[in-house]
Amino acid sequence: MRVRILVSFKDSVLDPQGQTVKNALHTMGYSAIKDVRQGKVFEVELDRVTKKDAEALIAEIARKVLANPIIEKYTWEFIKSPSGK
Amino acid sequence: MKFGVVQFPGSNCDYDTHYALKQVLKQDAVLLWHKEHDLKGVDCVVLPGGFSYGDYLRAGAIARFSPLMKEVKSFARNGGLVLGICNGFQVLLELGLLPGAMLRNKNLKFLCQHVHLRIENGATAFTRAGKEGRVLRIPIAHFEGNYYAPPQALADIEKKRQVVFRYCDAAGRVTEGANVNGSIHNIAGVMNRAGNVLGLMPHPERASEALLGGEDGRVIFESIIQGFAAPRGRGAKPVRTRARHDQ
Repeated sequence: MRVRILVSFKDSVLDPQGQTVKNALHTMGYSAIKDVRQGKVFEVELDRVTKKDAEALIAEIARKVLANPIIEKYTWEFIKSPSGK
Repeated sequence: MKFGVVQFPGSNCDYDTHYALKQVLKQDAVLLWHKEHDLKGVDCVVLPGGFSYGDYLRAGAIARFSPLMKEVKSFARNGGLVLGICNGFQVLLELGLLPGAMLRNKNLKFLCQHVHLRIENGATAFTRAGKEGRVLRIPIAHFEGNYYAPPQALADIEKKRQVVFRYCDAAGRVTEGANVNGSIHNIAGVMNRAGNVLGLMPHPERASEALLGGEDGRVIFESIIQGFAAPRGRGAKPVRTRARHDQ
Protein backbone atom coordinates (compact mmCIF):
# COMPACT_ATOMS: atom_id res chain seq x y z
CA MET A 1 0.00 0.00 0.00
CA ARG A 2 1.13 3.51 -0.62
CA VAL A 3 0.78 6.58 1.59
CA ARG A 4 1.23 10.21 0.64
CA ILE A 5 2.38 12.41 3.52
CA LEU A 6 2.25 16.19 3.29
CA VAL A 7 4.47 18.23 5.62
CA SER A 8 4.04 22.00 5.79
CA PHE A 9 4.73 24.87 8.16
CA LYS A 10 2.26 25.48 10.95
CA ASP A 11 0.01 28.47 10.30
CA SER A 12 1.77 30.38 13.08
CA VAL A 13 5.16 30.02 11.37
CA LEU A 14 6.26 32.37 8.60
CA ASP A 15 6.88 30.61 5.28
CA PRO A 16 9.27 32.83 3.31
CA GLN A 17 9.25 30.51 0.28
CA GLY A 18 5.47 30.51 0.07
CA GLN A 19 5.49 34.30 0.38
CA THR A 20 7.99 34.60 -2.45
CA VAL A 21 5.90 32.37 -4.71
CA LYS A 22 2.82 34.41 -3.85
CA ASN A 23 4.62 37.65 -4.70
CA ALA A 24 5.75 36.18 -8.03
CA LEU A 25 2.18 35.15 -8.86
CA HIS A 26 0.95 38.65 -8.01
CA THR A 27 3.63 40.13 -10.23
CA MET A 28 2.29 37.93 -13.05
CA GLY A 29 -1.16 39.35 -12.50
CA TYR A 30 -2.86 36.47 -10.66
CA SER A 31 -4.57 38.80 -8.26
CA ALA A 32 -7.01 36.13 -7.03
CA ILE A 33 -4.17 34.31 -5.24
CA LYS A 34 -4.61 35.23 -1.62
CA ASP A 35 -1.93 33.14 0.04
CA VAL A 36 0.61 30.40 -0.75
CA ARG A 37 2.10 27.90 1.69
CA GLN A 38 4.86 25.61 0.49
CA GLY A 39 5.41 22.11 1.86
CA LYS A 40 7.03 18.75 1.19
CA VAL A 41 5.45 15.58 -0.13
CA PHE A 42 6.61 12.05 0.73
CA GLU A 43 5.22 8.95 -0.94
CA VAL A 44 5.90 5.89 1.15
CA GLU A 45 5.42 2.32 -0.02
CA LEU A 46 4.48 -0.12 2.74
CA ASP A 47 4.67 -3.86 2.76
CA ARG A 48 3.24 -6.58 5.00
CA VAL A 49 1.34 -4.33 7.39
CA THR A 50 -2.34 -4.02 8.11
CA LYS A 51 -4.04 -0.72 7.39
CA LYS A 52 -4.38 -0.09 11.10
CA ASP A 53 -0.68 -0.71 11.78
CA ALA A 54 0.20 1.47 8.81
CA GLU A 55 -1.75 4.35 10.30
CA ALA A 56 0.18 4.13 13.57
CA LEU A 57 3.48 3.74 11.75
CA ILE A 58 2.93 6.73 9.49
CA ALA A 59 1.98 8.95 12.42
CA GLU A 60 5.14 7.86 14.20
CA ILE A 61 7.60 8.47 11.35
CA ALA A 62 5.92 11.77 10.51
CA ARG A 63 6.31 12.96 14.07
CA LYS A 64 9.81 11.61 14.63
CA VAL A 65 11.52 12.17 11.32
CA LEU A 66 9.60 13.68 8.39
CA ALA A 67 8.32 16.75 10.24
CA ASN A 68 9.84 18.91 12.94
CA PRO A 69 6.83 19.31 15.27
CA ILE A 70 8.11 22.66 16.55
CA ILE A 71 7.53 24.33 13.19
CA GLU A 72 5.72 21.83 10.97
CA LYS A 73 2.44 19.94 10.76
CA TYR A 74 1.54 16.94 8.64
CA THR A 75 -1.39 15.20 7.00
CA TRP A 76 -1.48 11.93 5.07
CA GLU A 77 -3.70 9.78 2.89
CA PHE A 78 -3.66 6.32 1.36
CA ILE A 79 -3.14 6.52 -2.38
CA LYS A 80 -3.15 4.05 -5.23
CA SER A 81 0.13 2.21 -5.83
CA PRO A 82 1.48 2.22 -9.39
CA SER A 83 1.04 -1.57 -9.24
CA GLY A 84 -2.67 -0.97 -8.81
CA LYS A 85 -2.91 -2.35 -5.27
CA MET B 1 41.94 20.29 27.74
CA LYS B 2 40.81 17.80 25.13
CA PHE B 3 38.33 18.77 22.42
CA GLY B 4 36.59 16.43 20.01
CA VAL B 5 35.37 17.72 16.65
CA VAL B 6 32.66 15.54 15.13
CA GLN B 7 32.80 14.79 11.41
CA PHE B 8 29.66 13.98 9.44
CA PRO B 9 29.56 13.36 5.70
CA GLY B 10 29.19 16.95 4.48
CA SER B 11 30.90 18.70 7.39
CA ASN B 12 33.20 21.34 5.97
CA CYS B 13 34.40 23.33 8.98
CA ASP B 14 35.76 20.29 10.82
CA TYR B 15 39.40 20.96 9.94
CA ASP B 16 39.10 24.73 10.51
CA THR B 17 37.71 24.08 13.97
CA HIS B 18 40.34 21.44 14.73
CA TYR B 19 43.05 23.84 13.52
CA ALA B 20 41.76 26.72 15.67
CA LEU B 21 41.67 24.53 18.77
CA LYS B 22 44.99 22.78 18.23
CA GLN B 23 47.23 25.29 16.46
CA VAL B 24 45.81 28.61 17.63
CA LEU B 25 44.58 27.80 21.12
CA LYS B 26 47.18 25.06 21.73
CA GLN B 27 44.74 22.50 23.11
CA ASP B 28 44.54 18.78 22.60
CA ALA B 29 42.01 18.15 19.82
CA VAL B 30 40.86 15.04 17.97
CA LEU B 31 38.45 14.38 15.12
CA LEU B 32 35.53 12.06 15.90
CA TRP B 33 33.92 10.15 13.04
CA HIS B 34 30.13 10.13 13.31
CA LYS B 35 29.87 6.36 12.85
CA GLU B 36 31.91 5.63 15.96
CA HIS B 37 30.55 5.09 19.45
CA ASP B 38 33.58 6.43 21.31
CA LEU B 39 34.05 10.02 22.46
CA LYS B 40 37.73 9.22 23.18
CA GLY B 41 37.64 10.85 26.59
CA VAL B 42 37.19 14.42 25.35
CA ASP B 43 36.20 17.21 27.75
CA CYS B 44 34.22 19.16 25.16
CA VAL B 45 32.43 18.03 22.00
CA VAL B 46 32.24 20.46 19.08
CA LEU B 47 29.76 19.93 16.25
CA PRO B 48 31.22 21.92 13.35
CA GLY B 49 29.64 23.78 10.47
CA GLY B 50 28.90 22.36 7.05
CA PHE B 51 26.09 20.59 5.28
CA SER B 52 25.77 17.23 6.99
CA TYR B 53 23.94 14.80 4.70
CA GLY B 54 23.50 17.60 2.18
CA ASP B 55 20.91 19.28 4.41
CA TYR B 56 18.46 16.66 3.09
CA LEU B 57 15.03 16.72 4.72
CA ARG B 58 15.97 19.59 7.06
CA ALA B 59 19.37 20.94 8.08
CA GLY B 60 20.72 18.62 10.77
CA ALA B 61 17.72 16.27 10.61
CA ILE B 62 19.62 13.20 9.39
CA ALA B 63 22.88 13.80 11.29
CA ARG B 64 20.98 13.48 14.51
CA PHE B 65 20.59 9.73 13.85
CA SER B 66 24.35 9.14 13.54
CA PRO B 67 25.61 6.55 16.05
CA LEU B 68 27.92 9.01 17.77
CA MET B 69 25.01 11.35 18.52
CA LYS B 70 23.72 8.85 21.06
CA GLU B 71 26.97 9.23 22.95
CA VAL B 72 26.89 13.01 22.57
CA LYS B 73 23.38 13.10 23.97
CA SER B 74 24.26 11.16 27.11
CA PHE B 75 27.52 13.13 27.44
CA ALA B 76 25.44 16.34 27.44
CA ARG B 77 22.85 14.93 29.83
CA ASN B 78 25.67 14.25 32.27
CA GLY B 79 26.89 17.82 32.14
CA GLY B 80 29.54 17.51 29.42
CA LEU B 81 30.24 20.65 27.39
CA VAL B 82 28.85 20.63 23.85
CA LEU B 83 29.31 23.45 21.35
CA GLY B 84 27.38 23.48 18.06
CA ILE B 85 28.52 25.90 15.38
CA CYS B 86 26.21 26.69 12.43
CA ASN B 87 25.20 23.24 11.10
CA GLY B 88 26.24 21.93 14.52
CA PHE B 89 23.66 24.26 16.08
CA GLN B 90 21.03 22.90 13.67
CA VAL B 91 21.94 19.34 14.66
CA LEU B 92 21.59 20.20 18.37
CA LEU B 93 18.11 21.62 17.71
CA GLU B 94 17.04 18.52 15.80
CA LEU B 95 18.56 16.35 18.51
CA GLY B 96 16.43 18.12 21.11
CA LEU B 97 19.40 19.25 23.18
CA LEU B 98 18.47 22.88 22.53
CA PRO B 99 15.03 24.49 22.31
CA GLY B 100 13.63 25.89 19.05
CA ALA B 101 14.07 25.24 15.33
CA MET B 102 15.64 26.85 12.24
CA LEU B 103 13.82 28.41 9.31
CA ARG B 104 15.20 29.67 6.01
CA ASN B 105 16.72 33.16 6.22
CA LYS B 106 14.04 35.82 5.95
CA ASN B 107 15.39 37.12 2.62
CA LEU B 108 15.85 33.58 1.23
CA LYS B 109 19.51 34.27 0.56
CA PHE B 110 22.59 32.37 1.64
CA LEU B 111 24.33 34.89 3.89
CA CYS B 112 28.14 34.93 3.99
CA GLN B 113 29.36 38.03 5.80
CA HIS B 114 30.69 39.42 9.06
CA VAL B 115 28.09 40.26 11.67
CA HIS B 116 28.15 41.84 15.12
CA LEU B 117 27.03 39.88 18.14
CA ARG B 118 26.30 41.13 21.61
CA ILE B 119 27.17 38.91 24.57
CA GLU B 120 23.83 38.74 26.37
CA ASN B 121 24.96 36.57 29.22
CA GLY B 122 28.58 36.84 30.35
CA ALA B 123 28.25 34.30 33.14
CA THR B 124 28.15 31.14 31.03
CA ALA B 125 30.70 28.39 30.42
CA PHE B 126 31.04 29.81 26.88
CA THR B 127 31.37 33.52 27.65
CA ARG B 128 33.07 33.78 31.04
CA ALA B 129 36.23 35.21 29.41
CA GLY B 130 34.10 38.00 27.94
CA LYS B 131 31.65 40.39 29.52
CA GLU B 132 27.97 41.01 29.11
CA GLY B 133 27.44 43.73 26.53
CA ARG B 134 30.70 43.11 24.70
CA VAL B 135 30.32 43.23 20.93
CA LEU B 136 32.02 40.52 18.86
CA ARG B 137 32.62 40.63 15.12
CA ILE B 138 32.35 37.11 13.70
CA PRO B 139 31.40 35.80 10.24
CA ILE B 140 28.24 33.85 9.39
CA ALA B 141 27.67 31.54 6.41
CA HIS B 142 24.25 29.95 6.29
CA PHE B 143 20.92 29.62 4.53
CA GLU B 144 18.92 28.36 7.47
CA GLY B 145 19.79 30.50 10.47
CA ASN B 146 16.45 32.14 11.08
CA TYR B 147 15.98 30.98 14.66
CA TYR B 148 12.44 30.31 15.80
CA ALA B 149 10.90 29.19 19.07
CA PRO B 150 7.18 29.02 19.85
CA PRO B 151 5.91 31.79 22.21
CA GLN B 152 6.01 29.72 25.40
CA ALA B 153 9.47 28.29 24.78
CA LEU B 154 10.72 31.75 23.78
CA ALA B 155 9.43 33.33 27.00
CA ASP B 156 11.05 30.48 28.87
CA ILE B 157 14.52 30.83 27.36
CA GLU B 158 14.46 34.61 27.81
CA LYS B 159 13.46 34.27 31.45
CA LYS B 160 16.12 31.68 32.18
CA ARG B 161 18.73 33.82 30.38
CA GLN B 162 19.53 31.11 27.86
CA VAL B 163 20.02 33.63 25.06
CA VAL B 164 23.80 33.96 24.91
CA PHE B 165 24.27 36.05 21.73
CA ARG B 166 22.08 38.45 19.75
CA TYR B 167 22.70 40.07 16.36
CA CYS B 168 23.41 43.77 16.90
CA ASP B 169 25.00 46.75 15.17
CA ALA B 170 28.64 47.79 15.64
CA ALA B 171 27.63 49.84 18.69
CA GLY B 172 25.95 46.89 20.33
CA ARG B 173 22.37 48.00 19.67
CA VAL B 174 20.02 45.09 19.06
CA THR B 175 18.04 46.45 16.13
CA GLU B 176 15.83 45.01 13.41
CA GLY B 177 18.34 46.28 10.83
CA ALA B 178 21.10 44.20 12.42
CA ASN B 179 18.95 41.10 12.41
CA VAL B 180 20.41 39.70 9.19
CA ASN B 181 18.45 36.45 8.95
CA GLY B 182 15.20 37.35 10.67
CA SER B 183 15.79 35.38 13.89
CA ILE B 184 13.18 35.82 16.57
CA HIS B 185 14.41 38.34 19.20
CA ASN B 186 17.66 38.67 17.17
CA ILE B 187 18.85 35.38 18.70
CA ALA B 188 22.22 34.23 17.32
CA GLY B 189 23.16 31.78 20.05
CA VAL B 190 21.22 29.90 22.70
CA MET B 191 22.13 27.44 25.45
CA ASN B 192 20.21 24.77 27.31
CA ARG B 193 18.87 25.47 30.75
CA ALA B 194 21.71 23.66 32.51
CA GLY B 195 24.21 25.85 30.64
CA ASN B 196 26.47 23.11 29.25
CA VAL B 197 25.20 23.03 25.66
CA LEU B 198 25.52 26.05 23.35
CA GLY B 199 24.54 26.49 19.72
CA LEU B 200 25.37 29.54 17.62
CA MET B 201 25.13 30.35 13.92
CA PRO B 202 28.29 32.53 13.60
CA HIS B 203 31.65 30.80 13.14
CA PRO B 204 34.08 31.58 16.01
CA GLU B 205 36.71 29.29 14.45
CA ARG B 206 36.82 31.59 11.43
CA ALA B 207 37.58 34.52 13.72
CA SER B 208 40.45 33.15 15.75
CA GLU B 209 43.46 34.76 14.06
CA ALA B 210 44.11 38.42 13.21
CA LEU B 211 45.61 37.29 9.92
CA LEU B 212 42.20 36.00 8.89
CA GLY B 213 40.36 39.19 9.76
CA GLY B 214 39.74 39.03 13.48
CA GLU B 215 40.14 37.19 16.76
CA ASP B 216 36.81 37.86 18.42
CA GLY B 217 35.76 34.23 18.15
CA ARG B 218 38.53 33.18 20.50
CA VAL B 219 36.63 34.43 23.54
CA ILE B 220 34.22 31.51 23.24
CA PHE B 221 36.97 28.87 23.14
CA GLU B 222 38.99 30.69 25.82
CA SER B 223 35.95 30.73 28.09
CA ILE B 224 35.61 26.96 27.79
CA ILE B 225 39.32 26.47 28.46
CA GLN B 226 39.28 28.85 31.45
CA GLY B 227 36.33 27.02 32.96
CA PHE B 228 38.11 23.73 32.59
CA ALA B 229 41.21 25.07 34.35
CA ALA B 230 39.12 26.59 37.17
CA PRO B 231 38.71 24.66 40.42
CA ARG B 232 36.12 21.90 40.41
CA GLY B 233 32.58 22.93 41.08
CA ARG B 234 32.80 26.11 39.05
CA GLY B 235 31.95 24.42 35.80
CA ALA B 236 28.49 23.58 34.55
CA LYS B 237 26.59 21.40 36.97
CA PRO B 238 25.75 17.91 35.77
CA VAL B 239 22.12 17.59 34.82
CA ARG B 240 20.00 14.52 34.96
CA THR B 241 16.59 16.05 34.69
CA ARG B 242 15.09 17.03 31.38
CA ALA B 243 13.64 20.46 30.84
CA ARG B 244 10.25 20.30 29.18
CA HIS B 245 11.33 22.17 26.08
CA ASP B 246 14.37 19.93 25.67
CA GLN B 247 12.15 17.17 24.36
